[in-house]
Amino acid sequence: MMERKLPAPSVNPENKAYFDAAAEGKLLIKKCGSCGEYHHYPRALCPFCFSDKTEWNDAKGTGTIYTYSVLRRGVPVPYCIAYVTLEEGVSMLTNIVDCDLDVVKIGMKVKVTFKPSDGGPPVPMFTPA
Amino acid sequence: MPLMSIKGKAYLVGAYEHPTRKAEGKSVAQLHAEVAKGALEDAGLTKNDIDGYFCAGDAPGLGPLSMVDYLGLKVRHLDSTDTGGTSYLIHVAHAAQAIALGKCNVALVTLAGRPRSEGHSGTQPRTWGANMPDAPFEAPYGIVTTNSYAMVAMRHMHEFGTTSEQLAWVKVAASHHAQHNPHAMLREVVTVKEVLDSPMVSDPLHRMDCCVVSDGGGALIVARPEIAKKLKRPLVRLIGAGESPKGQAGGKLTLTTSGAAWSGAAAFAEAGVKPADIKYVSIYDSFTITVVVQLEDLGFCRKGEGGKFVADGNLISGSGKLPFNTDGGGLCNNHPANRGGMTKVIEAVRQLRGEAHAKVQVKNCGLALAQGTGGQLGTRHGSATLIMERE
Repeated sequence: MMERKLPAPSVNPENKAYFDAAAEGKLLIKKCGSCGEYHHYPRALCPFCFSDKTEWNDAKGTGTIYTYSVLRRGVPVPYCIAYVTLEEGVSMLTNIVDCDLDVVKIGMKVKVTFKPSDGGPPVPMFTPA
Repeated sequence: MPLMSIKGKAYLVGAYEHPTRKAEGKSVAQLHAEVAKGALEDAGLTKNDIDGYFCAGDAPGLGPLSMVDYLGLKVRHLDSTDTGGTSYLIHVAHAAQAIALGKCNVALVTLAGRPRSEGHSGTQPRTWGANMPDAPFEAPYGIVTTNSYAMVAMRHMHEFGTTSEQLAWVKVAASHHAQHNPHAMLREVVTVKEVLDSPMVSDPLHRMDCCVVSDGGGALIVARPEIAKKLKRPLVRLIGAGESPKGQAGGKLTLTTSGAAWSGAAAFAEAGVKPADIKYVSIYDSFTITVVVQLEDLGFCRKGEGGKFVADGNLISGSGKLPFNTDGGGLCNNHPANRGGMTKVIEAVRQLRGEAHAKVQVKNCGLALAQGTGGQLGTRHGSATLIMERE
């Protein structure tokens, strides 16, 4: 199958640690040192309590599919977009890869894998666990 | 009733929808001017009467500065709130606020665009600049308009058992209305089976679950009561409005609820009416699922029962209980600039004036609601609700 080119994420000072970790095959998740809540996508200031004491944590890298859709028209290669709810309780936008896209289901257990972007850092995706 | 309210403080005196659906020989700014002229003629006002101007991201250049100069306006109030396709509902509400506070007397709202001529569609990513905080976590995954709404539909089906057949009924109803609109892009009446047999774009949304891509535009004129009552048009006044953004909430998703849950509640509270009082609704139909979610959130049925509510022709004017989008909506008529909020307000004004097509005109249409969402239900969106009354 033809490979899909992934647009490179634009790395900035606020998100650099996340993508540096991705380059080493690690998924980071932000946790607030004040209110204790996890959040995604990561911010410098907690979106729940506005504390600046947010910290990077290693995510377990497993979760379940919250929702998904396979885009089949208007693109060279069909692909599966999804929200995966991480073990830590927050959901992240991602792709489901390395499987038959017709078997993807809401509630399916998945684990993280990393795929190269086009000229940028790799990005976390998920595959059936 | 809130201490201060826009209830009855402003009237929709002019409404105009551009007849073009493919404007190859025109500029975007020109389309803005043409719809402004059309709305002024509809109201019986002139350009010199306008002292407030409202536009959103479809207006070329530096927001209202470019457009005010291009149009040759002399205004004392500006607003370029941009919440995507629902911006124009918010503009009407903000115009009413400005009028109530004496900041302007006659407000012009314009929308125009040429996505069809320029080759934009819902399966292509839109870029908004490198400093978008969310883009690094979304763009690599190929989030586009279609698959974003498709994820909402998939989740709605999972949580509530909503079916593709039920979603298809939204398109079927729109097509029943569009057959009477000579300007509509798609005038063929379609069946549930034809919707389900149309190509799958992004599971579970078929091509006919998606709105059209069209050029065009529209404009509205909002005026203070003393001015509205001197004009020779049926009186349509704004009695309630609400606006609400909704996003990913830091990763704590509730994708099957839209901002209409808040904007709708605010508008109903301000207007002092309830869903059962509404005779006609314009509901933003970027996709069939968008209509189902918003109808639930507005309270026309309970959460999760939107699929059953729209089935069996319940949205068809003349036979259904809640006639919607009698111009054919975004699903069949048009979706100028990929922003459908403006035409939602225009058709509601037509209905309240008794100027909709005779085959779809709702009898004794004294109270109408227009509902819009903009951005993407699957990531972040703005919602706005307007409740309007025939006086």
